[in-house]
Amino acid sequence: MHSIPRSAALALVLAALASASQAQVTIKDAWVRATVPQQQATGAFMQLRAARDTRLVSASSPLTPAVEVHEMAMQDNVMRMRQVPGVDLPAGKPVELKPGGYHVMLMNLTQQVKAGDTVPITLVFEGKDGKRESVQVQAPVRPLNATAAPVAHGEHKH
Amino acid sequence: MRIPSSPPRPAATAARPSPRRRGLLALALSPLLAATLAACKKAPVAYKGMDITGAEYARGFTLRDAQGQVRTLADFRGKAVMLFFGFTQCPDVCPTALTRATEIRQLLGADGQRLQVLFITIDPERDTPAVLASYTQAFDASFIGLHGDAAQTEATAKEFKVYYKKVPTGASYTMDHSAFSYVFDPEGKPRLVLRHEQSAKDCADDLRQLLQQSA
Repeated sequence: MHSIPRSAALALVLAALASASQAQVTIKDAWVRATVPQQQATGAFMQLRAARDTRLVSASSPLTPAVEVHEMAMQDNVMRMRQVPGVDLPAGKPVELKPGGYHVMLMNLTQQVKAGDTVPITLVFEGKDGKRESVQVQAPVRPLNATAAPVAHGEHKH
Repeated sequence: MRIPSSPPRPAATAARPSPRRRGLLALALSPLLAATLAACKKAPVAYKGMDITGAEYARGFTLRDAQGQVRTLADFRGKAVMLFFGFTQCPDVCPTALTRATEIRQLLGADGQRLQVLFITIDPERDTPAVLASYTQAFDASFIGLHGDAAQTEATAKEFKVYYKKVPTGASYTMDHSAFSYVFDPEGKPRLVLRHEQSAKDCADDLRQLLQQSA
């Protein structure tokens, strides 16, 4: 946040709080993988949980205009990465964007993303009624060799 | 381009003497001598990775490091080499594989000094020598990033039966690529292929055995 004026930062936080209070999607453990100088792309990871059935349809960030939702899949030991039109979030079920699955791809970066920085990311969700909702998250940047978010919560699988 | 479902079964094809040589071999070795030789051989080692000993592929490369110096396997004689193909814009598989490589070196303890990790870019268009160097060294200062031009990259991938393909995505492009790690013994012979899913511990166990064999 060092490059963002204090008043703007406050407005961002307030906006995030305001949307979070009504949001039907909660975002946990968001993080972005650090880059080295001149590296132009990296991934953001997080856990999403929707109160009602909804769908992640797009993402954006002030860091770069090129933000996409991607899915990684291993097929016969070949890694494939594709932009996906959306990620379904069934009501009450946590959906993880994590290495080995979905991620938010930040591309065409013009500056290094350093461990310890914070990257604002806005996620857009579309409900079954076609209504859209935006939720902003402040994702801390973790070192390039980070494997996953520091998980402190128990995960329940049904 | 055909996608290999797994590395071609090298055991079936590799190191098989020609029929003529096999005949000579049979003549030369009396049954008794053959039995003695078999008894003297070290007990076969079971690896968790795919054993490609004697493979007639993945035999080597000629590429450049960040300083522009030409590098081949011969430069790392005396050390086991673990080699991964990838690209630095990769958000997922490549950092995971390189992080595993740092864990493997730690698990090997003192033997970790006898393991050289190499990262070959399959995206030389974007992975400049400077980016490659800072990327690999962000994981471990000893890791070396290697690059070639488009033709050299293609030739190296072909030698290793590595699949890679440029895939356009909305604003940019990404790379599909094989996610194996290749292991060479300290004599520079291809020995193992490690799958992306194998744990750092499983890989370290394999490497420890390999290093002990050639200690």
